[in-house]
Amino acid sequence: MEQKISFQLNGEKTEALLDPAQTLLWVLRDHFGLTGTKFGCGMGFCGTCTVLIDNEPVRSCQLTVGEVTGKKVVTIEGLSEKGKLHPVQKAFVEHDALQCGFCTPGMIMNATGLLLKNPNPTTEQIKAGMEDNLCRCGAHVRIVEAVNTASKEMKGGK
Amino acid sequence: MKKDAIKNIDKSSSPKPSGMPRRDFFKILGGGIIIFFRPWHAVELLALPGDQARSLPKDYNAFLQIAEDGTVTCFTGKVEMGQGIITSLPQIMADELNVKLESVKMIMGDTDLCPYDAGTWGSLSIRAFGPFMRAAAAEAKRVLLELGSEKLGVPVAQLEAKEGIIKSIKEPDKSVTYGQLAKGRRIERFLDVKPEVEDYTKFFYVNKSFKHADAIVKVTGEAKYAGDLKLPGMVYARILRPPSHGAKLTTVDVSGAEKVSGTQVVRDGDFIAVLNENRYRADKAIGEIKAEYSFSERPVNDKNIFESMLKAETTPRVVRTNGDLETGRQLSTKIFESEFHDPYVAHAPMETHTAVAQITGDKITVWAGTQSPFGLQDSIVRELGLPREKVRVITPFVGGGFGGKSPSQQGVEAARLAKMTGKPVMVVWTRDEEFFYDSFHPAGVIKVKSGIDNSGLIKLWDYNIYFSGTRGSETTYDVPHATTTSHSTGRGLPPMHPFATGAWRAPNNNTNCFAREVQVDIMASAAGIDPLEFRLKNLKDQRMIDCLKSVAEKFGYVPGKNPTGRGIGVACGEDVESKVAHIAEVRVDKSTGKVQVVRVTCVQDMGLCVNPEGSIIQMEGCITMGLGYALTEEIFFEGGNITDRGFDTYEIPRFSWLPKIETVILDRKDQPPHGGGEPAIINMGAVIANAIYDATGARLFRMPMTPARVLEALKKV
Repeated sequence: MEQKISFQLNGEKTEALLDPAQTLLWVLRDHFGLTGTKFGCGMGFCGTCTVLIDNEPVRSCQLTVGEVTGKKVVTIEGLSEKGKLHPVQKAFVEHDALQCGFCTPGMIMNATGLLLKNPNPTTEQIKAGMEDNLCRCGAHVRIVEAVNTASKEMKGGK
Repeated sequence: MKKDAIKNIDKSSSPKPSGMPRRDFFKILGGGIIIFFRPWHAVELLALPGDQARSLPKDYNAFLQIAEDGTVTCFTGKVEMGQGIITSLPQIMADELNVKLESVKMIMGDTDLCPYDAGTWGSLSIRAFGPFMRAAAAEAKRVLLELGSEKLGVPVAQLEAKEGIIKSIKEPDKSVTYGQLAKGRRIERFLDVKPEVEDYTKFFYVNKSFKHADAIVKVTGEAKYAGDLKLPGMVYARILRPPSHGAKLTTVDVSGAEKVSGTQVVRDGDFIAVLNENRYRADKAIGEIKAEYSFSERPVNDKNIFESMLKAETTPRVVRTNGDLETGRQLSTKIFESEFHDPYVAHAPMETHTAVAQITGDKITVWAGTQSPFGLQDSIVRELGLPREKVRVITPFVGGGFGGKSPSQQGVEAARLAKMTGKPVMVVWTRDEEFFYDSFHPAGVIKVKSGIDNSGLIKLWDYNIYFSGTRGSETTYDVPHATTTSHSTGRGLPPMHPFATGAWRAPNNNTNCFAREVQVDIMASAAGIDPLEFRLKNLKDQRMIDCLKSVAEKFGYVPGKNPTGRGIGVACGEDVESKVAHIAEVRVDKSTGKVQVVRVTCVQDMGLCVNPEGSIIQMEGCITMGLGYALTEEIFFEGGNITDRGFDTYEIPRFSWLPKIETVILDRKDQPPHGGGEPAIINMGAVIANAIYDATGARLFRMPMTPARVLEALKKV
């Protein structure tokens, strides 16, 4: 069942011998040790497992690893460059936009995808774009502010 | 330094460790100055109710260590689950000990290293553990000053301690660091009495805002939760679950599961699990088990549960009483009777119950997302028949608790499977399991009979709680004739709740505030008095009065006799010694019944606030989370079958629900700190119900206030 699957993972070309039917989420966590991508519901309803695939925020629990063959996958671990936080990560820290932190990687990946598509979103567009990412602690107000701040910084070319 | 220079070192009477052998403890800690406390003070100092305080006399517990490099390590049985004590406890420690904040390190929720603690709940970390930790810090500082005095040849009275350095006040070049004093030594001190601690007002870090100390690791994905551990040879377990609470396994065929590559099936009675190194295959294998069950369900469901509660044979217990109800009735010119219903609600933390267990030699270590590491340790000891010193529970970051991770069944499951197989085992509950095995916020009925006189003063308050809890059921208002009675099933009768129930953020206070504050609103409206004024008129509690006045000012509240059509509601209440008042503004779509909360203003008196920004974040979290129980959250069930087990049908608050949130924490530096993790959630049901009434004239007596229920209530206007 196992076969060679290749895709780009966090900027690097990756090849692995895997059962293509396996869920991308568990392959990322178990095979690649990228545990920043979380399991929250396994049904695509909560968003804690969000990663970027070809710059689109996608629920990694709803994809098989076979489906990402040849694609560009970015996880939370691949977001910061050379130890420098990505503007979205930085804004989450600045705004204290987290509590337990379990939804945070998914929130950040979703927000990053949102800003790649729409670098200048209104507050209403941010809320709409983040709608399907769930947070139980109630960090929502600050997450919206953080995404707003990040969009400004990213536009400034920083 | 000679050992006898330090008093109170009495090795012979040092209590014996329970967690790990003393030598191992020091091997991990190294040397330095270590402050322990005598365990028999734990009950008193940690404010543990008698039944939670397990017998401690043989334990010894460290509070803090000052290491040779000057690092201060705090040990606490409390855990970090988003509430922010990993940030605020060091603020208290740094101030009391006079060290820099960044030199304080936290070790949390490790049963081998940390002092016993029943659990992280009840907003107790700052108000109950805090003073205890301060006492240890004060004792450490005393030791350091004595050592410094000897080293520098300067009397203690002429020394000052600042940023981890002891200096002579008169000759500032005479100085020594804490690290230098701790170097090459092992000094143990035992706290026998609760020492006097300094006034908070002198503090530098306390009452200043600091950002989450764990923010960086949480935004980079480096923060480790229980499910992020990977041990060599570790297997994932999926456990066969009954379709319903009360279902009994009759036949089972596991042959299909055994065919899934790399799967081990284990069984101990009705406990059946599949184990596989690969999570995907473990999921597949569990689906291949064919099982049949017999059912003995009680005929209750989400529709008839309240009726069952009122029909049940109950034992009334008077919680508190003053005056007498008959006199209250005679003094009242208007009497109001209401019945309020609150359903079962799920905790639904984003991290499901997760644990990893590993056996090394004769010892088992369990890493678990739990609010009660010592409680889990006790459960494992009990269920696996192991000696306590052979069970260690370590708590990594916890992905949300809200009361739901006080029970930690998953930790026992992982331990049991590790014992059965000898392998490291990880148990990660699916979302379905999380909804099924949750210890739900209990459903309950509240019946209130209250009365006012012609001037709008409350004279009668007859408050009856059926099957939910009493927290937050204080009358709050100044009522001369009031009784609170709790009705629940007597001994020997079957329990009312068809599944487990437990503490849910500010347990039962949400239910009680809903009933009390709506009832008060009904009376205000009938008296033709503005609801805020009516509350102030009937209150004597100055702290509550201050909160209400302050929230009115912050909101820009204009008095009016409700319903005014504006959609503005008021509510107040108390929890964990703190007082809170809310004003909310809603918009109600009369054609659909949908309620949008536009604005929530909240003022909180929590005594001294250690980390104002951190506390505001908790208030915002409470307000946002509270929208859920007020508007949508309700567990649907049929007998013991939870029919609602995912985020597709169980709706929790989302971004589009967000009101404008304004928060104020009253300046109460003169007061000791009170709880901050829960108070701001308690009024959310009531303040929204009262705002809906103000908007439409429709009264809601049942949570959650779904569009269908709002439409129903609108028909009665």
